[in-house]
Amino acid sequence: MLARIKRFLGLEAEAKKEAKPKKDKSSQQEVGKVAEKPKIGYIHLSGCTGDAISLTENYDILADLLTDMVDIVYGQTLADVWHDDGVNQNNPDMIEDMPEMDLALVEGSVCLQDEHSMHELKKLREKAKLVCAYGSCAANGCFTRYCRGGQQAQPKHEAFLPIGDVVQVDLAIPGCPVSPEIIAKAVVALINGDMDYLQPMLDMAGCTYNCGCDLQKNIVNRSLCTGCGTCSMACQTRAIDMIEGRPEINNDRCIKCGICYTHCPRSWFPSEQINKDLGL
Amino acid sequence: MVLGTYKEAVSARANDKQIQKVSQDGGIVTALLSYALDEGIIEGAVVAGPTEELWKPEPLVAMTSDEIISAAGTKYTFSPNVAALKKAVRQYGLEKVGTVALPCQLQGIRKMQSYPFGTRFLADKLALIVGIFCMENFPFASLETFISEKMKSSPDVVEKMDIGKGKFWIKSLGEETGLPLKETHGYEQAGCNICPDYTAELADVSTGSVGSPDGWSTVLKRTDAGASIFDQAVAAGIIEIKAMDDVKPGLPMLEKLSQGKKDDANKEMNSRREIGLPVPF
Repeated sequence: MLARIKRFLGLEAEAKKEAKPKKDKSSQQEVGKVAEKPKIGYIHLSGCTGDAISLTENYDILADLLTDMVDIVYGQTLADVWHDDGVNQNNPDMIEDMPEMDLALVEGSVCLQDEHSMHELKKLREKAKLVCAYGSCAANGCFTRYCRGGQQAQPKHEAFLPIGDVVQVDLAIPGCPVSPEIIAKAVVALINGDMDYLQPMLDMAGCTYNCGCDLQKNIVNRSLCTGCGTCSMACQTRAIDMIEGRPEINNDRCIKCGICYTHCPRSWFPSEQINKDLGL
Repeated sequence: MVLGTYKEAVSARANDKQIQKVSQDGGIVTALLSYALDEGIIEGAVVAGPTEELWKPEPLVAMTSDEIISAAGTKYTFSPNVAALKKAVRQYGLEKVGTVALPCQLQGIRKMQSYPFGTRFLADKLALIVGIFCMENFPFASLETFISEKMKSSPDVVEKMDIGKGKFWIKSLGEETGLPLKETHGYEQAGCNICPDYTAELADVSTGSVGSPDGWSTVLKRTDAGASIFDQAVAAGIIEIKAMDDVKPGLPMLEKLSQGKKDDANKEMNSRREIGLPVPF
């Protein structure tokens, strides 16, 4: 898998280095000469579109990103390009087949009872060199873990799984939603071929279940907690209070996004990256 | 490097008499955050503020110098300041936030800045982080226990707590009592035992008493931003400095303690690895 990513990045890295100094007019012309931009796809399964909105919040770099750095070749929301060979064959807006992609971002968990979603995800796996579980629903199920079916409009839809339970996932970016900054950082790292930066996201691809109780089980129960408060800061639903220097999870508020454990400095610690970023 | 990366080490203290009166040592954290606030470098600071219970701090989003000064002095138990950074940005709407952080808190903050997975528009709001030297931290119940059982006092009547010259000191009713640090060992939280950072290596500016004479603090200028703010505070006459070479016991003492913490942490990490427990460093 790593080799596949490197091949993908090796192909693209050179082109992107030229694209980077965007303020310089001469380099803008060079960008035009760049032959191949990475082809990106985006599919939306069972999620709230929060992650897509987060992506678009990178206003400053979005225009450059979309025009100079990547081609969005597939995606109903971002590019109005979609394919559906399971149903609606006669829809005139639909393209004939899903295109090949260098990277596919998947938002939302996948519903086992939703034939269309299952089909689109499997097809995407075939067509994309890299599949990224984008946002907590795709990465670990997040709040769709609470689904039990019996609701409208599809009472039978009850089993919502992180996509890693159905297809092989290459990298995961958790968050509910993913922050605009991590998207920008990940895209820049991809473009520059900075594998070191992406490594934690590759490592997290294998993690398809999270909960606030990760903190108790994996941090406090293992004598790793120092009461720093990072988990409480990171929690996107304010489900964590610090009591006597330890996180206390309010289970009624926890959406199982895993962001507390992801941010905890004692779960994994990117020492070299931090020193690099700080210039230390 | 045993003290982490830094540009320059100096011995320093705040010139403000009001700060000197309430500060732990040289009053550097208080003076620097107040200065940054007055100059508009930060709009507010997350500090370990006082609560109704003496010696049991809680994070406070300080919006004035008086509030910053109200949090002066070391408390030897938890104040999860990192948790309140989001409060400062979201609820107080601050664009430029300062804070004081322990080494472990800096690990959380810097990891968030490098990998801001779920922290929307927060990482770039932190304008100044003053790190403090830290050997270990105590659960409040630990403090209560050795202060009452071993020192025959109570946190309720203690006016100042301090660690220095190999002892944990309390000052109450004008009297100073010291407890050898080997007596406090075993009361610190276990999470500290694997921490390899004594001098807050990821701070913009680190400070602490070790290496400098009484009433002064050792300061390590680390990042460009931190060094620049500190130098401005010195130029403005807020902070007074002495060359590190001119003070006793100086950097060798700091290096010795820092190396000691690293050695102990490595030993503990190895013994945890042996029984199959994960360690992050």
